[in-house]
Amino acid sequence: MNAARTMSLAGGPPQALNTAQRFAVFAGFSGLFVLLLAALGISFPNRAAWLAGSLTLMLAGVVGYSWASYASHPPGIRNDGLWFRPVSARGLWAWGLGILLTGFYIVLYFYPQYLGQVPDGPNRGLVAFFDPLSRALSGNPASQWFVYGTLYTLAILAFGVKFIWKYRHNRYEVLRTLSVMFFQLAFAFIIPEVMARLNGDLPYYDLKNIWPLNYYNFEGYRIKGFLGAGNLGLALLLFGIGSVLVISPLLTYFYGKRWYCSWVCGCGGLAETAGDPFRQLSDKRLFAWKVERWVIYSVLVFVVLMTTAVVYSYLGPDTRRYWLSRPQFLLGVAGLLTALFAWVMLFRRKELQKDAQYGAWAYFVVVLALIGFHYLSDSQHVFLFKSETLRKSYSFLIGSIFSGVIGTGFYPIFGSRVWCRFGCPMAAILGLQQRLFSRFRITTNGGQCISCGNCSSYCEMGIDVRAYAQRGENIVRASCVGCGICSAVCPRGVLRLENGPLTGRINSRELVPGHEVDLLQQVQKQA
Amino acid sequence: MHIAIIGNGISGVTAARHVRKRSDHRITLISAESDYFFSRTALMYIYMGHLTFDQTKPYDDGFWARNRIDRLRARVKAVRPETNTLLLSDGRDIAYDRLVIATGSSPNKFGWPGQDLEGVQGLYSLQDLELLEQNAPNKNTCRRAVIVGGGLIGIELAEMLRSRDIQVTFLVRESSFWNGVLPDRDSALLNRHIREHHIDLRLQTNLKEILPGENGRVQAVVTDSGETIPCDLVGLTAGVSPNIGFLKGSGIDLDRGVLVNRYLETNLPGIYAIGDCAQQRAPMKGRKAVEAVWYTGRMMGETVAHSLCGQPTEYRPGPWFNSAKFLDVEFHTYGWVSPEQAQGVDEAHYHWRHADKPICLTLAYRISDGGLLGVNALGMRLRHEVFERWLSDGLPIGEVVNRMDQALFDPEFSGDYSRQIRRAFATHQPQPS
Repeated sequence: MNAARTMSLAGGPPQALNTAQRFAVFAGFSGLFVLLLAALGISFPNRAAWLAGSLTLMLAGVVGYSWASYASHPPGIRNDGLWFRPVSARGLWAWGLGILLTGFYIVLYFYPQYLGQVPDGPNRGLVAFFDPLSRALSGNPASQWFVYGTLYTLAILAFGVKFIWKYRHNRYEVLRTLSVMFFQLAFAFIIPEVMARLNGDLPYYDLKNIWPLNYYNFEGYRIKGFLGAGNLGLALLLFGIGSVLVISPLLTYFYGKRWYCSWVCGCGGLAETAGDPFRQLSDKRLFAWKVERWVIYSVLVFVVLMTTAVVYSYLGPDTRRYWLSRPQFLLGVAGLLTALFAWVMLFRRKELQKDAQYGAWAYFVVVLALIGFHYLSDSQHVFLFKSETLRKSYSFLIGSIFSGVIGTGFYPIFGSRVWCRFGCPMAAILGLQQRLFSRFRITTNGGQCISCGNCSSYCEMGIDVRAYAQRGENIVRASCVGCGICSAVCPRGVLRLENGPLTGRINSRELVPGHEVDLLQQVQKQA
Repeated sequence: MHIAIIGNGISGVTAARHVRKRSDHRITLISAESDYFFSRTALMYIYMGHLTFDQTKPYDDGFWARNRIDRLRARVKAVRPETNTLLLSDGRDIAYDRLVIATGSSPNKFGWPGQDLEGVQGLYSLQDLELLEQNAPNKNTCRRAVIVGGGLIGIELAEMLRSRDIQVTFLVRESSFWNGVLPDRDSALLNRHIREHHIDLRLQTNLKEILPGENGRVQAVVTDSGETIPCDLVGLTAGVSPNIGFLKGSGIDLDRGVLVNRYLETNLPGIYAIGDCAQQRAPMKGRKAVEAVWYTGRMMGETVAHSLCGQPTEYRPGPWFNSAKFLDVEFHTYGWVSPEQAQGVDEAHYHWRHADKPICLTLAYRISDGGLLGVNALGMRLRHEVFERWLSDGLPIGEVVNRMDQALFDPEFSGDYSRQIRRAFATHQPQPS
């Protein structure tokens, strides 16, 4: 009765690789093997050449494999055998890969010395292997973060090519992927390195990384750095503030949160490219949705409190050092949050479903906490916690464990958007806005849905898209990152990502379209 | 009141859901096929490895208990209207107050020699899919398959088998794929596309006989051109017929399907039939008496639920619509576009085709007043509600072409073909074929 059970091991599509795929695997893994040797401390004679060779081989491996897999087929959806392959169906390779990735993140965050990171002296091992590239870009030796950034960018570029090949018939997907590849390469990788070369005082700044994703952006050392780096530094600081308060709300109003989450963001970029084979693994149960709302809005509250506390702690009691004093700052934050809360409660009560309720209440809790700050705090403590402790726990729990170790390490087990869905406070803010005040929606095409379930299965955010589509209702969900894959895999042309007027965006229906119009109206009246 | 529904496909399940929305009646959903409702149209994706069986279930398993819809896994052997009871194959019987027959259909067999051999099968039910998994697990066990019947299920079966690299020979009775439904130029585009997918398409070819091998399994088929094609699987996809065998002798009027009036009532009070197995006594204008389509099943389910809840409601579907996917080419249709052989003197077509991609559009309209009759779109998505409105209004063809941009539903940044469609229309001359 359960057809999945009868799927024997003999079943499934041909598992054997074709010749071109074998060559590609050879190239890719050779490149990886060189990195492994470097990590083990083998020193290569001409490091720059070996590094270039290794990175090129890995890139060529992925690109070649994609070509060998997709080029011979006509353009179209090719998810054949996805649920039969161990790597994409939580089999042996998935677990193996998950453990390796998780291990890599643990070493990266907590034991960088194993990668060869030496704080006061020449690097060793893998980090030293990347020195030539780092020196070429910024003039400085590499760090574990440079190694990570390079591999991260390489992954987005290589698997981006694969993704584009796979979805070459869909221009939305092609353009979106080119966009994340560009932003990763230019904004996250090259520009900050070059900025460091031009102006050594500037803090490392990936411009597309917006607070609160970039939770450390307003910490004391960075503010000092910005202010100490002349007009450019001040401009960057203002840009950082403006991107939170002006740019991102405006873009989200017009295009939904997708402008960021699936067109610009680096976390999203990796999930969409390297994470693509795992998108179907996201949990679609109602329970997961419940957990999602609690966790993501808790993280949002946490980051707002933490940032406020951190800024509060370095602002002086008067305005001599910064133009803002502590009470002014607190009042400002509280005023902003109260205005938001009041606006939501006054004008968006109707749309106010659980998502928004949690969010609105979260804001309110923060406001109360802020008032508490002022009376219960001194220069070191906020409430009973030291603001430094708050910052450190956020950085450890959310910044490292959640976004890195779980978020990426567990791709092959929980799917590619675990961080974006459950953890990212930036996504939480954009999501609330998308639900309440945005022109974006996924339109359902009348009565054409056949409830097949492709949309829901391939939704990396775990949205049960079908639940809306089969009722003929539009999908307006806080978590939707607008990747467009539901629309791409739909075999009946039912879904379209669109920007349009706010009225009629959220529609509920008594009957699915298809009946005579009079009958629909008659039934609607009786209901 | 106890409402028994035989069949848990889209028709029966939709009826049950809407009865629950509108009443507290006791509902029993009876199925011999599966414990839980799944999307029949998604069966192909399980075989292709795109979906797991669980993912084809539109509602989670807790849904039925939460909504107090009782599920019963059983086969109904007979209906006894005189005592309002159902007789089950395990000997039990069940009393009902109202009965909804939603038993769907099964693949046609036309009495071909060898049609009951092992390795010969249709594709409709979950059991058929399980059988296919045994008959054609991979290209070593199943080196070649022959598919008989060029309709929607045939092309889906071909796509499924190709996803496992199994060689497919596709026997189609018509002179061009599905040209009993599609005009020639639409159909020609599909012939090319099918062959591009390395499917051995044999037009105007019929099955004569299926030959057994030594083990009693299928070994080859013989076509009406006398050719013998060796194969390990024969897929019979020459249409479907209503599942009504168990109703014989019950007193319910039957023809090809269960005969119903516009209220979906059978000749016996309190007994309704919906979906694939229902046959309209007087077909609606331009429509068939039996429509074995997902959408009509769903609409009938919605309609009958109103009648069951004390609000007698006619089944009045709006303009015809349907969709399909032929390998990589999606198909949307609204209203009626007749194939050449059925085209009346007042019907003309405007056909637009993309220069190099498998994309085309056929608009059918009346020559007399230009009113829109229907549209076929291949490789292009069109908005249901826009065309529904245009069809109800009988919008003139010129206006339809002018407003095409309002109807396109392709993903953002896809080519906007509306200008090309408009430009090509300037030189269009209406002529009946």
